[in-house]
This record gives sequence, C-alpha cells and structure tokens, in this order.
Amino acid sequence: MSEKVIATADDIRRALTRVAHEILERNRGADNLVLVGMLTRGAPLAQRLADIIASLENIRPQVGNLDIGLYRDDLSLRDTQPVIHRTDIPTDISDKKVILVDDVLFTGRSIRAAMDALIDLGRPQLVQLAVLVDRGHRELPIRADYIGKNIPTALSEQIEVRLKEIDGKDEVVIITEGRGQA
Amino acid sequence: MRPMVQREGAPPLSETIPEISTSVWKHNHILDLDDFTREEIELIFVITDGMKEILSREIKRAPTLRGKTVVTIFFEPSTRTRASFELAARALTADVLNITASTSSIVKGESLLDTLRTIQALGADVLVMRHSQSGAPYLAARQVNMSVVNAGDGAHAHPSQALLDMYTMRSRLGHLEGRKVVIIGDILHSRVARSNIWGLSTMGAEVVVCGPPTLLPLYMNEDRAGGQLPRVTVESNADKAVEGADVVMALRLQLERQEKGLLPAVREYVRYYQITQERLARAKPGALVMHPGPVNEGIEVSPEVSHGANSVIEEQVTNGVAVRMALLYLLAGGKKH
Repeated sequence: MSEKVIATADDIRRALTRVAHEILERNRGADNLVLVGMLTRGAPLAQRLADIIASLENIRPQVGNLDIGLYRDDLSLRDTQPVIHRTDIPTDISDKKVILVDDVLFTGRSIRAAMDALIDLGRPQLVQLAVLVDRGHRELPIRADYIGKNIPTALSEQIEVRLKEIDGKDEVVIITEGRGQA
Repeated sequence: MRPMVQREGAPPLSETIPEISTSVWKHNHILDLDDFTREEIELIFVITDGMKEILSREIKRAPTLRGKTVVTIFFEPSTRTRASFELAARALTADVLNITASTSSIVKGESLLDTLRTIQALGADVLVMRHSQSGAPYLAARQVNMSVVNAGDGAHAHPSQALLDMYTMRSRLGHLEGRKVVIIGDILHSRVARSNIWGLSTMGAEVVVCGPPTLLPLYMNEDRAGGQLPRVTVESNADKAVEGADVVMALRLQLERQEKGLLPAVREYVRYYQITQERLARAKPGALVMHPGPVNEGIEVSPEVSHGANSVIEEQVTNGVAVRMALLYLLAGGKKH
C-alpha cells in the first residue's frame, strides 16, 4: 500500500475559502443558510465553512450535524454496521437554504441517504451540496454544487480526508493498493 | 487571506461524537446482561442517544428495519414492555406481530417449541419473549434461528429494563462509574434487580440491595455468594441503605407473589421500606428516584416523591423506547451472520 498526499493543510484552507465565497455568491449572502455537516468528517468542515462565512459577512450561519446511518441502503451488505450518532440540527430546516457538507463525494449513495434523512426533518427551501473532494464514480444521478478539489481516481484507490479536529492534522491522501499501479 | 475565525468554547468533536465501533458488539440474542462487556453497553448508550433524536421528531420514523419482522410473544401480562418494543420496532419501520399467549393456539395445548417454530416459519427476524419460566428464552435461542430478546423470564432476568434504567442514570449523572445505586424492595422475585446488578457492576457502579430479610435472597449475601452474581452490599435497614446514594430504585412489590407469607403485612412494608421524603433526604442531594413500573400507588414510593423533582420514573418509560430501538438495530439492522 502506498500513500500520497494530494492536498496539504494550506490547500484545504484555500479550497474551503473559495467554497465559502461561492456559497455566498450563489445564495446572495448568508441569510437563511443552514450548514449541515454529514458525520463524521462533514461536521468539522461545516463548522469551518461557517467560520469563514462569519469572517466575510458578519453573520454566522447555523450549523448542524446529520447522521445518515439509519438511512443507508447498504446496511445488510456491510461487514460492520455503522454506529448511529445523534443528529443535531439546532433549527427547523423548513424553508431554509440547507447546504449539505461532506468530505468526499464518491458513489453518491451517502448523499441520497442524507437527503432522505433531511426530508424527514422538514421541507427545506432548497438543498445544495458542498464537498471537499469529488473523486468521481457516481452510481446515482447526483452532483455537487460546490467542490473543493476534483481528484480523478481509479476504483481501486482510496481517498482519505484527514482533519485536525478528528485526526490531528489536515491533509488529503490517496491510497493505492499494491505498488506502481493506478 | 484572513485567518480562519476560531470558535470560542465549542466542545471538541470527540465529545459530541464518541469514538466507538460496532465491532465490539458480539450478541445475536439479548438474554441477560451477565455476558455483556462495558464496551457493548457503552455502544448501546451511544446509539440510544441517536435514537432519542428520532423520537423527538414530529414524524418518529426511520426506514432502517424496512422488510424486517419483529414478533412479540408474551406469556405474562405486560403493558409498558410490550408497547415499548412495539413502538421501537415501528419507529424503525419493522413489521410487528404481537402474539398474546391467552388468545393463541397455546390455549389449545400447542407446546412452546411448536409455537416458536411456527413464528420462525412465518419469517420473523427478532423474537421478543416474556415467559413466567426462568430460562425459557434461552431454550428459544437454542432452538430457532431468530434473534431472541428476553423481555422478562420468571424471576431471572429483564435485560432491556436494566439497560433503560442504566441509560436513564447515565443521561442524568453523566457516568455510572463509582455511583452508589440502592435497589429497594422484593429483591427475591425481581428479575429487574438481577439484570441491574449485572449491568451496573460491569459499568463500575456500587450496588446495594435492600428489603425485608425474607425478600433478600441468601445467595446475595457476600459470604454465600458463590459467584452466582457480582458482589453487592446487602442491607435490610432502608435508612442505612440510602445513605449517600446517587440513585434509589424502588421495585414493584409483587403483590401476586406475596401469598407465601414472606411479608407480614403491606402496611409494615410501607412503614420500613417506602421511599419517603425523609428517607430520600439521607441520599445525595438530587439523587434520582426510579421505579420500573407499574407503581403500586402509595406502597413502594410515597406520592410526593414519585411525582417530585427527584423522580425520573416517566423518563425511564420514554428512554425505554429509544434503548429498545438501539437493541433492535444492533440485532437486525446489519448483515445476517
């Protein structure tokens, strides 16, 4: 197994700053925005985006955490069941502009689950998707509205996003099985 | 570029999102808490937190157990346990089938095993079972390939009740390690007490059992214990027992089991063992008062205590549904092994 860093802490910071600007531009400010981070690594990313937005607009959008475990379509296929964590969104999302935030967009199945989970909580005015990394290989008709970094990958490769809040440091790595092949 | 604004006073993520994996979970059945590890119980608590959020919604439902069938079969009367399991299963979108022994073919003489095989043939994934015979759910677990949950067997065990009791303590007290829990009442006939003793000991709490000497089983006495149960303190004086307690748990006086003459008079029991304001004053300030229900009004707990500020009796009922959702999820929510 070989591991290669494809985004450093600085790269991540710049990408998030750009995504925050794009969110504000597209939604004409931060009014009525709610950032919902998908557990686990979407949660700190949503907090960081809210912090950047606060530094630009003098208003910090509300931030929540969403657990999608109960909504997954692969529960009977996975070797280890996901732990269910507490969904915690401090506001009614009805009629809000909800920005779903996740670390990696891959098959799109987690996003499908997240949308089902969100709809069970209320009827947002709109839902947009922000991801730090889009690695391709969609299995559902889903795309992101905001992408930190496009990273074309082979199916055999793994992308790992590491974040200070959870992993002690910020980086994105690509992990290749075996050696020399990608 | 401006530096990122750091949030003041936000808790670290590891506190909001506990780090735990379902790989610690080893159970196909939930029969008693004697073979549960601390990690497994912690896992149940974490998932229960998640399930409570579902129950706080306007529409209390997630699609997790779609297509799964939960069967409850009760050979003894029950209101809250059965209703609680049923609500838990429905909140996870499982199909629920309730069989009441008194209206089923059991009255035609069908044996327990035949009944269980029939339920299995109907395609049940989880069987929730209450029986007056200790050990009946163990027999069921050996004979069928459904997951069996013991919802109370004789005077032996009632694991889901103990788990909801412990979850309620944890959500009020933060942790169970080192907490003093006093269980007062008919310990002899109590499956709730026995399962709580296992679970609480595993979680590092100190357990004191208290009741009239005739209702305190000899095997709980330290000298005679012989490894049947974890070590507990036995105290027949209620005033002494509640001294410095974090939790005072009253058991239901099982009036239907009192014809053996183990208790001279209910009035005497009330006088010496009822949890009153005066007795509770000996416990820690803010000590929790619990009761597994159904409460015999004015016997185990005085009315002003059972409806007072220390009482978490209603919270126990609410938490029960969330705990049972977590159990059903862990048993039936993943890959079939």
